[in-house]
Amino acid sequence: MSKRISPEDNLQPHGDEFYELLMKAHEGLDFDQSAALNARLVLILANEVGDLTTLSAAIDRAARS
Amino acid sequence: MHYENREYPFRTPPELKGETPGRYPVAIVGAGPIGMAMAIDLALKGIRSVILDDNNVVSVGSRAICWAKRTLEIFDRLGIGDRMLEKGVTWKVGRLFHGDKEVYNFDLLPDDAHKMPAFVNLQQYYVEEYLVDRIADFPDLIDLRWLSKVTGEEVVADGVTLTVQTAEGDYQLAADYVLACDGAKSRIRQRMGLKFEGHTFEEHFLITDVDMPKPPFESETPERWFWFKPPFHTGQSALLHKQPDDIYRIDLQLEFGSDPAEEAKPEKVIPRLKQIVGDRAFEIDWVSVYSFTCAMLEKFVHGRVIFVGDSAHVVSPFGARGGNGGIQDVDNLGWKLAAVLKGEAPPDLLMTYDEERRHGAAENIMNSSRATNFMTPKSKMEAVFRDAVLNLASDLPFARRLVNSGRLSVPCSLEGLALQSPRRTDRGLAPGTPCPDAPLGEGWLLNKLGGEFMLLTVGKKTRDDALAGVKSLHFENHPDVTAHYGDNMIYLIRPDQHVAAAFEAGTDVATLTQALARAKGQAALETAS
Repeated sequence: MSKRISPEDNLQPHGDEFYELLMKAHEGLDFDQSAALNARLVLILANEVGDLTTLSAAIDRAARS
Repeated sequence: MHYENREYPFRTPPELKGETPGRYPVAIVGAGPIGMAMAIDLALKGIRSVILDDNNVVSVGSRAICWAKRTLEIFDRLGIGDRMLEKGVTWKVGRLFHGDKEVYNFDLLPDDAHKMPAFVNLQQYYVEEYLVDRIADFPDLIDLRWLSKVTGEEVVADGVTLTVQTAEGDYQLAADYVLACDGAKSRIRQRMGLKFEGHTFEEHFLITDVDMPKPPFESETPERWFWFKPPFHTGQSALLHKQPDDIYRIDLQLEFGSDPAEEAKPEKVIPRLKQIVGDRAFEIDWVSVYSFTCAMLEKFVHGRVIFVGDSAHVVSPFGARGGNGGIQDVDNLGWKLAAVLKGEAPPDLLMTYDEERRHGAAENIMNSSRATNFMTPKSKMEAVFRDAVLNLASDLPFARRLVNSGRLSVPCSLEGLALQSPRRTDRGLAPGTPCPDAPLGEGWLLNKLGGEFMLLTVGKKTRDDALAGVKSLHFENHPDVTAHYGDNMIYLIRPDQHVAAAFEAGTDVATLTQALARAKGQAALETAS
């Protein structure tokens, strides 16, 4: 099975709105609290995606800095 | 090449010659791009105005330089579009850097279906010069008075009396309406004690205009370079783009807490510029330090005083929504004020300027605030996210679209606001949409629309669609028009080139008539459901 993540821009046309929501969620948190929020968010979104092949490909891309 | 500001002369006004010129329909305070465009739009509709400005030159320094497509289309209707297009620089290649690494680049291909490009770069002084020249075409309708400072206004129910200070003495001038086009620090707004609060951003930015004959780009094609975390200074972002006359605008975001006056000194600025442009010869043409606030008035219309442009709303410069937003105010107010002054519409029509342009200003503030927040992370986590977006942007299109160095000014939709009829069909353009341009073989669609209400029909002609007193325009078998407007459609187009109502072909005349009355503010005004 080939691993791939979406080359499509699935957020359009709501990208800026999503980013604003994300930043608002972090407002007022210290860095550790923000990291914890991110962890919860990643887990929830992973469940939304569901497909292990996609998740594995996403982890690979994210690991590349 | 450095721009030489011409000084315009003071001319003794009739009021100081012992004459009694009477009351003016409109007095405009401020001869910037907004005030002058306002006078021209009114003159095109036969309305006389007087413009009062405390200065005697056009903009000192390049100031607003990015003019977006919709603005160019409006200026084209006012008569200076071709000059702006001819002189302006249209950039095509954009490069985005993170540190010293290029994240991606893109080609902004011109759209052959539109007369005007996405935008041009042109110094504000040229735009103002072209407006001054254009005003000379209306000697009986526009009285442009330099070195005439408005020091007070007495507002009564049916007009305003202004006090004007000049070197030859003070005088008073009465007008039915006063348009406050006196900029971000509007004295009229201050004197009237109007609340103008919003979000002030603490970062300072340093603008430098550099005169540099040899371009820093690899070819002669103008480019736009944007840096996040630039390698040549400690601030969060930097921008370089080209203006006419080999002038380059370089915009540096200064590090939080740095001393702006210190940063503007040549001994600080020059080494930094050398890091950007290498050993090319250059001269500094203009330097300015700014910080900004996003704010708007709670109401733009205060009885007989109407606020237009920066006096009504200010935004951050990212996305070029200041000057461009102001010109859309002009476009929106011109036909309405003319209709009210001619007795063709009730004064309530002016409240729709307030409704529609506050909607536009709020959208501009939202977009420019989002860009500012992306560019100036307020916390460590915001910076982490910004860097993550830039990392992913090298290969993932969604992340590329999240990179926000300013969303280019586009006009807002007016759908759902009082003058527009509710949507009746899913085909074609929705009510409230600004009309897209289309090539007509010879000439352009937008040069045929606007200035007055029009009925635009597209498709096979089965009957004569006509409305009393409204010009009709018909297109059949015209793929460039139907591409945007759909086929077998009837549109009612406003004088500012927005769709007021859209119908399927064959819609009865009574319905069209009703839509026209609504769009002209003659029907009872209520928000569309």
